[in-house]
Amino acid sequence: MSATSTGAIEPAGKPPRRLQASSPRYGEKAIHALLALCGLLSVLTTTAIVVSLIGPTIGFFEVVPIGDFLFGTDWTPQFQPPSFGVLAIVAGTLNVTLWGMLFAVPIGLGSAIYLSEYARPRVRKTLKPVLEILAGIPTVAIGFFAVSFILPEIIQPLWPDGLLGGAVGKPFMALAAGLGIGLMIVPIIASLSEDAMSAVPRGLREGAYAMGATKMEVATRVVFPAALSGIVASIVLAISRALGETMIVVLAAGSTPHFTFNPVEAIQAMTSYIAVTATGDIPAGSIDYKSVFAVGTLLFLITLVMNMISIRLVRKYREVYE
Amino acid sequence: MASDASVPRNRLAVAGARATTKAMLSEQPRADVIRNTLFAGLLLLSILIALAGLFALVIQAFAKGHSALSLDLFTNPPSTINPDQAGFRPAIIGSLELIAGVILFVVPIGIGAALYLEEYADRSRWWNRAIEINIQNLAAVPSIIYGILGLAFIVRGPLDLGFILAAGSLTLALLVLPMVIIAAREAIRAVPDSIRQGSLALGATKWQTIRTQVLPASVPGIATGVILAVSRALGETAPLLLVGATVFVTFDPTPFSPDGYSALPVQIFNYAVRPQDEFQTLAAAGILVMLVVLLAMNSFAIWLRNRYEQRW
Repeated sequence: MSATSTGAIEPAGKPPRRLQASSPRYGEKAIHALLALCGLLSVLTTTAIVVSLIGPTIGFFEVVPIGDFLFGTDWTPQFQPPSFGVLAIVAGTLNVTLWGMLFAVPIGLGSAIYLSEYARPRVRKTLKPVLEILAGIPTVAIGFFAVSFILPEIIQPLWPDGLLGGAVGKPFMALAAGLGIGLMIVPIIASLSEDAMSAVPRGLREGAYAMGATKMEVATRVVFPAALSGIVASIVLAISRALGETMIVVLAAGSTPHFTFNPVEAIQAMTSYIAVTATGDIPAGSIDYKSVFAVGTLLFLITLVMNMISIRLVRKYREVYE
Repeated sequence: MASDASVPRNRLAVAGARATTKAMLSEQPRADVIRNTLFAGLLLLSILIALAGLFALVIQAFAKGHSALSLDLFTNPPSTINPDQAGFRPAIIGSLELIAGVILFVVPIGIGAALYLEEYADRSRWWNRAIEINIQNLAAVPSIIYGILGLAFIVRGPLDLGFILAAGSLTLALLVLPMVIIAAREAIRAVPDSIRQGSLALGATKWQTIRTQVLPASVPGIATGVILAVSRALGETAPLLLVGATVFVTFDPTPFSPDGYSALPVQIFNYAVRPQDEFQTLAAAGILVMLVVLLAMNSFAIWLRNRYEQRW
């Protein structure tokens, strides 16, 4: 509104009122700046992560050729001369993640479809919080459960004798850690996929029923495809979590680097290398110290790509239905 | 009256509709019925497996650890020589101090960042969208990476605090800050605009509106987010291994002492990697203590959210 139109409705004789605030309100501006600073701190955190990773990583690649690091399959830092072929521990991470996802994707999606399409409102209101509680269990507890229950009580009795070397007598294996990780990420997949499916408009379901579709057809051929971007986002986020999980793999998968995808073999994952090596008083500047940062950089980049895909996908389904 | 005639007519119509539905349903192919029942059964089975995993975990921790449950667990320091006498006292105190630090850091900054993003930030500016995506990404960065950040940036490097409890606390705070910001933003966003407009129309300034209207209305949502974040910080082990939480601390740790500190999950981890039965029992007992605390906190948070969830 312009000043002249305001002046026109004022009684004659009085000067027109100004529309600006009567005082400059420095306090308001200070608060604005302070809050912006809080928001900026998150950017600073990312910057600090990148800065602290980059320096020692560059130092590491001055000693170890980047090609040997990225394409080598022997991870033996304690040998003379040491070998830093990261594929050995990347394979360890993927080995564990693969079994985790094989367990968690069907269980998580099944739970999500059940909660969103089949469960009565009361059942859903009780079961969803229980699943969310499962998401809050510390990973050190899940790791302990994996190594002292899943491994001796479930895998060893059920694993066929002699298959891939057999499971008996092994104190650590990738499969135990994988199932523990699966248990950890089921709630992530279930909860986020359920959100995506609940966001699908009722009209789509009712349209399908009117055409004579059964409940299963509605769930699998209407709701599931309509919520697909949200479902994929939840799975990608779960993979990112599984790749970065530390305590479960440290406790249940062992710490012997092996370039293998055998589920009943002890392995070492990227995260457990970092956790085992960087504890205590490792001298800063040593090649071991720097190798921790090189592995950390690789892990950070992989999860960054995963997270970006997931964030993009979630944004997509929000745009469509909300 | 027309209603006298319409009652039997209505009944007739309802009966007709029922008969038609029944006739149509009975014609539903048996294969379809079987397939649907099987499918529903599989779905139910999958959620039951997930829940069974949860219960098995709790029951196993109890079965293994209940024999070590006693007051000694809370009052005795750890020991490698006498597992019968060993406890978690310095670890529990360390965890409480870590958490206190996390809360002091995360509550003001988390709420501040959320207020900025929801109330002040102009979303058409690229830097505000960048902050938003950045926070979503930070929430999913592996916790061990925060450990590296703590080691290289807080313990050594620019802040150079050394291996003290406050450094561990700051590392955990940075780890859970994105969770708090995301939860606080959702709570703030749920307050309808009409309330802000009403307050502004009565002459309140923007900050007065936020302080007296928006914040009080979003307290339950923010509190839920803070509790969930704190319980995550309480159970987090990996980053603490890198920033100096050691296990055989036999004294009560203090925030700035260079003598070192311990935390409950780190102590549990240390007992868990020892093969002897006594230490396995101690680990299970520690897990039991931690689970009770965490489940109580999380249940309270979820109850709080459901109880005070306002539909405007």
